[in-house]
Amino acid sequence: MGMEGIGAPVKRKEDRRFITGRGRYTDDIALKDMTYAWFVRSPHAHARIRSIDTSAARAAPGVVGVLTGADLAGDKIGGLICGWMIHSKDGSPMKAGAHPAIAAEVVKHVGDQVAVVIAETRNQARDAAELVVVDYEPLPAIVDPAKSRAAAAPQVHPEAPGNLIYNWGLGDEAATDAALAGAARIVTLDMRNNRLVPNAIEPRAAIGAYDPAEEHYTLYNTSQNPHVARLVLSAFVGVAPEHKLRVVAPDVGGGFGSKIFIYPEETVCLWASRRIGGRPVKWTADRSESFLVDAHGRDHVTHAEMAFDADNRILGLKVHTIANIGAYMSTFSSSVPTYLYATLLSGQYDIPAIYAEVDAVYTHTAPVDAYRGAGRPEATYVVERLMETAARELGVDPAELRRRNFVRSFPHQTPVIMAYDAGDYEAHLDAALKIADYAGFAARKAEAKARGKLRGIGFSCYIEACGIAPSQAVGSLGAGVGLWESAEVRVNPVGTVEVLTGCHSHGQGHETTYAQLVNERLGIPIDQISIVHGDTDKVQFGMGTYGSRSGAVGMSAVLKAIEKVEAKAKKIAAHLMEASEADIVIEGGELKVAGTDKSLPFFQVALAAYTAHNLPAGMEPGLKEGAFYDPTNFTFPAGTYICEVEIDPDTGKTEICSFVAVDDFGKIINPMIVEGQVHGGVTQGLGQALLENCVYDEESGQLITGSMMDYAMPRASDVPSYNVTTTETVCPGNPLGMKGCGEAGAIGSPPALINAITDAIGNNDLSMPATPEKVWRAIRAVA
Amino acid sequence: MTKVTMTVNGRSVAGDVEDRTLLVDFLRSNLGLTGTHVGCDTSQCGACVVHVDGRAVKSCTMLAVQASGADVTTIEGIGTPEALHPVQEAFRENHALQCGFCTPGMIMATVDLIKRKGTDLDEATVRHELDGNICRCTGYHNIVKAVLSAAEKMAGAKAAAE
Amino acid sequence: MYETTYHRPGSIAEAAAMLSKAADGKLLAGGQTLIPTMKQRLASPSDLVDIGGLAELQGITVGGGTVTIGAGTKHGEVAGSADVAAAIPALGALAEGIGDPHVRQMGTLGGSIANNDPAADYPAAVVGLGATVTTSKRTIAGDDFFTGMFETALDEGEIVTKVAFPVPAKAGYAKFPNPASRYAMVGVMVSKGTDGAVRVAVTGAGPCVFRVPAMEAALAANWSPAALDGIAVSAADLNADIHGSAEYRANLVTVMAKRAVAAAG
Repeated sequence: MGMEGIGAPVKRKEDRRFITGRGRYTDDIALKDMTYAWFVRSPHAHARIRSIDTSAARAAPGVVGVLTGADLAGDKIGGLICGWMIHSKDGSPMKAGAHPAIAAEVVKHVGDQVAVVIAETRNQARDAAELVVVDYEPLPAIVDPAKSRAAAAPQVHPEAPGNLIYNWGLGDEAATDAALAGAARIVTLDMRNNRLVPNAIEPRAAIGAYDPAEEHYTLYNTSQNPHVARLVLSAFVGVAPEHKLRVVAPDVGGGFGSKIFIYPEETVCLWASRRIGGRPVKWTADRSESFLVDAHGRDHVTHAEMAFDADNRILGLKVHTIANIGAYMSTFSSSVPTYLYATLLSGQYDIPAIYAEVDAVYTHTAPVDAYRGAGRPEATYVVERLMETAARELGVDPAELRRRNFVRSFPHQTPVIMAYDAGDYEAHLDAALKIADYAGFAARKAEAKARGKLRGIGFSCYIEACGIAPSQAVGSLGAGVGLWESAEVRVNPVGTVEVLTGCHSHGQGHETTYAQLVNERLGIPIDQISIVHGDTDKVQFGMGTYGSRSGAVGMSAVLKAIEKVEAKAKKIAAHLMEASEADIVIEGGELKVAGTDKSLPFFQVALAAYTAHNLPAGMEPGLKEGAFYDPTNFTFPAGTYICEVEIDPDTGKTEICSFVAVDDFGKIINPMIVEGQVHGGVTQGLGQALLENCVYDEESGQLITGSMMDYAMPRASDVPSYNVTTTETVCPGNPLGMKGCGEAGAIGSPPALINAITDAIGNNDLSMPATPEKVWRAIRAVA
Repeated sequence: MTKVTMTVNGRSVAGDVEDRTLLVDFLRSNLGLTGTHVGCDTSQCGACVVHVDGRAVKSCTMLAVQASGADVTTIEGIGTPEALHPVQEAFRENHALQCGFCTPGMIMATVDLIKRKGTDLDEATVRHELDGNICRCTGYHNIVKAVLSAAEKMAGAKAAAE
Repeated sequence: MYETTYHRPGSIAEAAAMLSKAADGKLLAGGQTLIPTMKQRLASPSDLVDIGGLAELQGITVGGGTVTIGAGTKHGEVAGSADVAAAIPALGALAEGIGDPHVRQMGTLGGSIANNDPAADYPAAVVGLGATVTTSKRTIAGDDFFTGMFETALDEGEIVTKVAFPVPAKAGYAKFPNPASRYAMVGVMVSKGTDGAVRVAVTGAGPCVFRVPAMEAALAANWSPAALDGIAVSAADLNADIHGSAEYRANLVTVMAKRAVAAAG
């Protein structure tokens, strides 16, 4: 490992602009003659629009235009799409209702757009928006997914009778039933995976700019995947032709999934810019709007049964989940409670039979889609709460019950599609037990008791699937896109390098880690390497960043391109040094003839490629290569998390005393950045388990947790410092041996915390978030 | 429209604003100082923290006219890429930022915290003092480390100077 | 925020005059509640009269068994005051727990009590310490100042100028913060005056700060946390929301009262 190569904790290149206030986020961009959009949003969860009167708003000071759903339909702008087709058990395709960018006839959740006002200033747009008169006929609403299928429940879309989008199954139901029938013991749990609001600290924003002379559109957008946005906006929504649409996602202030999706607002900004004659239209969400209309996460209601034999080996697992999709199917919403969820229900365990059934339902709530972990936290929560519950019911140590059931040989084919390629689950369990001083827990519990506190310990041995995945495989499962990644490595004549990637960095540190990879291979200092991303005019195509894919998939593409550069550079060097190409090695920024003292610095080879004065016969000038990398399998990060808590029995308040995370991410490029990803993920997971809860009023469908005044975001004083380390089994599925680290913390931590709290209070009947009152009541229920 | 004048990062500035204009909007839109961010609308996230007459305040919860006549320092004014403030340096050294959006507010809050509470800080104090700044990326672990490290370095620099 | 007109008076008298002339004027002190409310378009005063910088509203003085705090004094100044810490440490601790550091550097004592948010901390101090509120027109006993949810004894145009807190023999404040907003779900100030009089004032739990006579009697007889065992307020009139039911808040009142007594020593 060099000072700047793979494995080095290199300080981030991108930090300098962020710590000095010189980042460039979408809302920082001011274009000439820019106007500002404010959306008129539905105050009702469900209502028919009888009429919209925009006349007073049009006459208001500074107003440039007021547009409605009728205008949108008149211009033949299509609805937003869900890009993953799921088929029900009976073979029928999922039943998706229409998703207009501006509602014209019926509003389906509080915050649904009904009109947009464009004005000279944001205040003027907002002032005028209040003058848009919408005559609504309020209709009854349904917000609880568990009740949405009742015969009397209000219907969200006529296309989906009974609010059922699909009834999907995975696994062998008969084999699983047989396993349950033959079990010595069945452990049963009903669980709610609470609904979350992503709350990246940068609110979403978009600037649409239409150039009438060129008939060209530019969209600046807070996006995790600008190319997918361009594809969907052009090919499906039809707002602009693909070759006439540039999408730029500049610095983006966190995404966590919520900025993957193609939303109504950016669609409208692009279209509106054309409608008002080409002046740019900027929209920046207020946080209150983010709460109403950003895609939310989770919201599962699950019943699960796990069967054990007399030796405490798992025989089978049967799961039924109702997944709330919200009022519209967001871009990848259908995949989250299906192929990103049920495929992980085997956990780290050798389970002979698994069957999962998922009912995806519409409700009159904001759309629900991928949020950090996306399906895998829900699966981990089911499996790891069951394991802890089983250990208690079977009277065995929770660590040992897990150990007994671990998968030990690889590759391992689970009953739910996944073929685990590599892992050593005992290695991280043992490491975590040691770091957490599990042996000393009883003494700590006794000491806490003497202080009047209830101390508990909880485990979570999670597995996840990242780096998805072979395009052919995901295509066969219903994905509308391939999930490969592209890269281009451009060596400049002076030997500096630009790497263009279709991934997008919004906190992950790609400008550093991608440069580390180049440094590792070419020996060029990282300050002579630039990483270019987030602009469809610069990068030809790419799938963006989500699902912990930018290392395993994105960097594999970069590596493939580097290998092509290396091959050409070696040919040139061999020619220049009159050596055999097979003898050329690249080391420390030089191309050397092995076994001799002959060498050429990399920049001289680069220069030779561009002067082209003396190249091998027939060789094209230049030193620039591109590559597309399609993964061969999912990757399978896994780890053990141990959480220790103390509960104040008088108030029910939980203090997280320690949190140990031992993860196997395969090969690691930058341990500093990897640890940072775990810290952040763990905090989001602990936030879900302890604090965060998105609540709609059952009767009115109003969002009760509409701001950070009611939605409890984790703060520094809510969490401790963490003890984070890694073990390593190399991923055989990609050339760098990487598995991915972006989501693990959020996936593994919620059950660890809930298992710790339920251990402390001696009552397993507890749901997330474990608010002080819930814990207080749970203590009293068993007192 | 009301004319406001103030000193921002040592420079006298003026502008005509509606009385309802927030200080943060004046800084971002009128002065182009976009390092100060807006992350919420309920005065909680702290992405907008600047110093007004030496005190850290939320510039989304103050009118520009209220700050007329004041001395304002923003993230752009405490250090430059070439000459970083010790707190900026500590954030970079300790990987205390990821997406960077909350970072200006975190840094401005930290400078103020060290000024008020001194350099002899413990973790519990730092965590309590960061209650007005929300970060969604880092889980706070490295921010706390950076604050403690900056305080230690600033104490060392002060001792060396004395 | 709707349009509004901003004024910066040079004196309390000028502020009162400006307020009386305004169609729907409001005083602006630290603005930490008013400005967020205006941003949400839930308040739309025609005029804002900024008294935050008035010199005559600033300052903390200790003397004659009283801590007197100017209405424009910021929470952070109270929290950081060595004089307050020496005389009534519970008051400094209460101020240290309001909002967050940035809010504390803008928000004022006068603004807090004049707004009388049911979950604000300062009302518990004013009632729990038996303070006296001085306004531009008169003095008002702390017990008479808070009249209901967001309601006070202040007349139209009347401006709080200072609050005098008698230095007690003992006082303690314990707060259970709302996990999201950091306001008090329950906050309890207990004090024992130099004359032996006991006060227990509760904020956050009900629509307005209130005293708990049963606890006061028990503590007068036996100043110890254990004296409050088995004494609970009725949940019937308490607040309930997604963060805590009335029953849970009732429990917290007793728990926080005991902790406040323990903190008072």
